[in-house]
Amino acid sequence: MNPVSLNYRLFFAAALWGMLWFAPLRVALESDMALHMIVQLPTLALTGFLVAIALRSCEPGWLGQADWLGIPGVILVIFTTTFWMIPRMLDVALADPLVDLAKFVSMPLMVGVPIGLSWPRMPVLGRAFLWANFIPKLGALGGLYLAAPTRLCAYYRLDQQATAGWALIAVAVALGTAWFVVVFISWPSERSEVQSCRARQEAP
Amino acid sequence: MTRSFFVLLGLVLSAGIMALAWATDGFRIVTSEGERALAIERSPLAVPDAALVDQDGDVLSINDYSGRTLLVDFIYTRCPTICTFAGDGFQHVLARLGKDTAGSRVDLLSISFDLQNDDREALKLYGQRFGAVAPHWRIAKPADPYSLVLLLKAFGVIVIPDGLGGFVHNSAVYLVDARGRLVRMLDPDMPEQIVAFSEHESNE
Repeated sequence: MNPVSLNYRLFFAAALWGMLWFAPLRVALESDMALHMIVQLPTLALTGFLVAIALRSCEPGWLGQADWLGIPGVILVIFTTTFWMIPRMLDVALADPLVDLAKFVSMPLMVGVPIGLSWPRMPVLGRAFLWANFIPKLGALGGLYLAAPTRLCAYYRLDQQATAGWALIAVAVALGTAWFVVVFISWPSERSEVQSCRARQEAP
Repeated sequence: MTRSFFVLLGLVLSAGIMALAWATDGFRIVTSEGERALAIERSPLAVPDAALVDQDGDVLSINDYSGRTLLVDFIYTRCPTICTFAGDGFQHVLARLGKDTAGSRVDLLSISFDLQNDDREALKLYGQRFGAVAPHWRIAKPADPYSLVLLLKAFGVIVIPDGLGGFVHNSAVYLVDARGRLVRMLDPDMPEQIVAFSEHESNE
């Protein structure tokens, strides 16, 4: 990657992060549970992801060795996302700007960056395993939010919680469909080998 | 697979588990309300000496109840849903504490957080609706905005607009002991439990 496009990507990631931290947008996104969970948190992770793919070539060798098959990286992502999914932590992040800052730092550095660095190291089947687990769990979480009779966050209304539930289900369906298309339609499969075999037989 | 992999894996796993244990108070709670209830049970909280005005115009503070057990809830009189339940709940509690409330050592106090709309007349009407008679069941509101902030903070009540001109707030019944300390948060939907805890407390 040439230095110009590298700087461009880093600048874009930094601008995106700064925009999210900028008070009016931050307050607007955090005032709604669905926007907080489905727009702000993933976009924060995206900023880290952009930095990681921009700097991938500069990654020190020891990190690549220690992050064997991307396993520690993926575990770090799972723990960090779980941590910010705890309703109490969403409340604390809303009440205390320092905790919100911790969220703004950890989502890019401990979710986005490890995804960018560890994902390519993972075996294909490992990635498929993670997708296949992540998508239904997201939908199930949405279902739980819909079914919960009480508010989980002191700062969000019950109807916002239900909207967040529907939004999580919608994201799960969209991801599931996209993944289905990729896995069943786009990926090369044995079918092409069968065809080539037939082609070989028909050849004189 | 190198030694650095196991070091990194161990680091990520232990830090992750520790962070989740911290956020959920040892995997016991996921909401801020649950965290608060647990914290109060562990170490009772002093209640601030904030000035209140009741439905008869009498000025009082929670510390005036010293020597008696007090049940506190937070309401606004226009509330169409949860405060009506709370009013009903307190009515049940009152009935179960015994008809001879004068002989009971448990008092009830409903505090309105809607300073703008709840004047003395509104408090009086709310009291009449549920049969609240001072001094055993006072419907009061903070004497000034500062007292309101003090009380909401001390009891951990978070009030947010419901978007329809009303409010949404976390509802609990707060048990204040004879020494004026907040000792327990109780479920407003379980009057039997409220009665049991408050009678136990008043017999100590």
